[in-house]
Amino acid sequence: MRRPRPAYWRIVSLYAGLSFLYVPIVWIVIYSFSGATTAGVWRGFSLQWYWALADNDTLRIATLRSLLLAALAATVATALGLAAGHALSRRRFRGRYVLGGLLAIPLFVPEILIGFAFLMLFVAIEGLTGLAVGKGLLPLVVGHATLGMPVVASVVVARLAGLDPSYEEAAMDLGARPLRVFLTVTLPLMAPALASGWLLAFTLSFDDVITSSFVAGPSFATLPMYIYSSVRVGVSPVINVLGTLIIGGVALLVTIAMLGSRGVADPCP
Amino acid sequence: MNRLPFAALLPLGWLLAFVALPVALVLALAFGETADRIPPIAPLLEFAHGHLVSHLTVAHLADVVRDPLYRSAFGNALVNALGTTALCLLIGFPVAYAIALAPERQRRVYLMLAILPFWTSFLMRTYAWIGLLRDSGPVNRVLLALGVVDHPVHILYSPAAVLLVMVYSYVPFFILPMYAVLEKLPRDLLEAASDLGGRPGYVFRTVTLPLSLPGLLAGALLVFVPALGEYIIPDLVGNSDTIMLGGVLWSEFFENRDWPTAAAIAGIAAALLVVPALLLRQHLARDRTGTVT
Repeated sequence: MRRPRPAYWRIVSLYAGLSFLYVPIVWIVIYSFSGATTAGVWRGFSLQWYWALADNDTLRIATLRSLLLAALAATVATALGLAAGHALSRRRFRGRYVLGGLLAIPLFVPEILIGFAFLMLFVAIEGLTGLAVGKGLLPLVVGHATLGMPVVASVVVARLAGLDPSYEEAAMDLGARPLRVFLTVTLPLMAPALASGWLLAFTLSFDDVITSSFVAGPSFATLPMYIYSSVRVGVSPVINVLGTLIIGGVALLVTIAMLGSRGVADPCP
Repeated sequence: MNRLPFAALLPLGWLLAFVALPVALVLALAFGETADRIPPIAPLLEFAHGHLVSHLTVAHLADVVRDPLYRSAFGNALVNALGTTALCLLIGFPVAYAIALAPERQRRVYLMLAILPFWTSFLMRTYAWIGLLRDSGPVNRVLLALGVVDHPVHILYSPAAVLLVMVYSYVPFFILPMYAVLEKLPRDLLEAASDLGGRPGYVFRTVTLPLSLPGLLAGALLVFVPALGEYIIPDLVGNSDTIMLGGVLWSEFFENRDWPTAAAIAGIAAALLVVPALLLRQHLARDRTGTVT
């Protein structure tokens, strides 16, 4: 068979397109090592802004809070996404269409509408019961878990589609009950997909501004909320340092997630 | 069709409680009235003085439809989302095509390189553009050095900056479904067309393009729908004169504390999005190509 000749325009557009995606990332990383007091000005290699970040208590608290939140939300999202994805791809039942449709809403509807809707729910619950459920970590975990759940479900569905159902059928033929089949056969086979789903839900939560701004009060600011409010004022070298650390950390997690799930970790549901 | 499996109850219940119910509440609130209290809304139904009193009005919905401010916000968002979609198509198609035609082993690497930024802190990447597009930033320095301009151009805080950063952020949404379709194009068909004497342009127009339409449509919708409600990019790199859908909702809610108007904006935006979202869902349900589930 004749191999297609590599066309120059294809190579040019590929590298131009990929460079476009990486220019801002490279800018952040390079200028995080600048000694200048304004971001984007180069005045010799220096780690001074890394030390400045280490001394900043507000940022340290916000970072720890966001890490805890992301871990909790990703765990809830993974449990729910696994149940939803498994039901959608292995079972035929009434309500399947409803489940699939509701799962699609957080993916397709702009987040600003979803974030607003979450807050209305917590306000309504507080108004009806008088319980202060709309404060602190709880509404954030619920909101972020709901946003992460469809992503996990789509990773689970993609993994189950490539998984031969005869493993599970064999276990059932040998007399195992459904729960036992799930725990001893399905779950171990799903482990890499679940790990990548968890990591993707984690990064979604760790980067979220809009939903957090609606459901968390200003007294409970997450790291992205803090970054967002300082970025509105202007660029600062400390933000470049923070960006470098976040981008490095997230890139590492996502690379692990993508290697684990063999290319299913794409943003399309 | 069987009964609802026990394991599906939990996610279904969760989605009903935390997606369906909140959306219904917003739609109901669009008919509500503002009140001088915390939260700043009057109860929709209230039992007072022995009577059931309702505080329902279509005034806020009518305001949003009639007021030129909201109309221009919807218009700006629409123009911006359409422009973003068109440019994502122009930039994303060649990239997806080049990845799909690359040798198998390189393909995975290129694809991962295209996806990685998408998952890497959207907020930080938007922030970087503020630094890149400033009058003294690298983009202007390059333009000055090349002699394209003789004094720095004000790109930041303009609709053009919003469009640029939107395209930057959303192009992976287009590349992925486009790639998924292009990768599965039957190569022998393309070869047959060119063996039979079709020039590359002709083969592309008559074979490649019609066969890749499903991916094109999916990608365009995946860009358009979230782009319509984008708030952060216009807020960070746009100017306050070209306010968009997300911006008016945000300011009605956080600055004016007019929740019913915010809900009316949300409700109308959701209604506008129903058609493209249903199209997308229809398409995804029909297309069982693995990566797009």
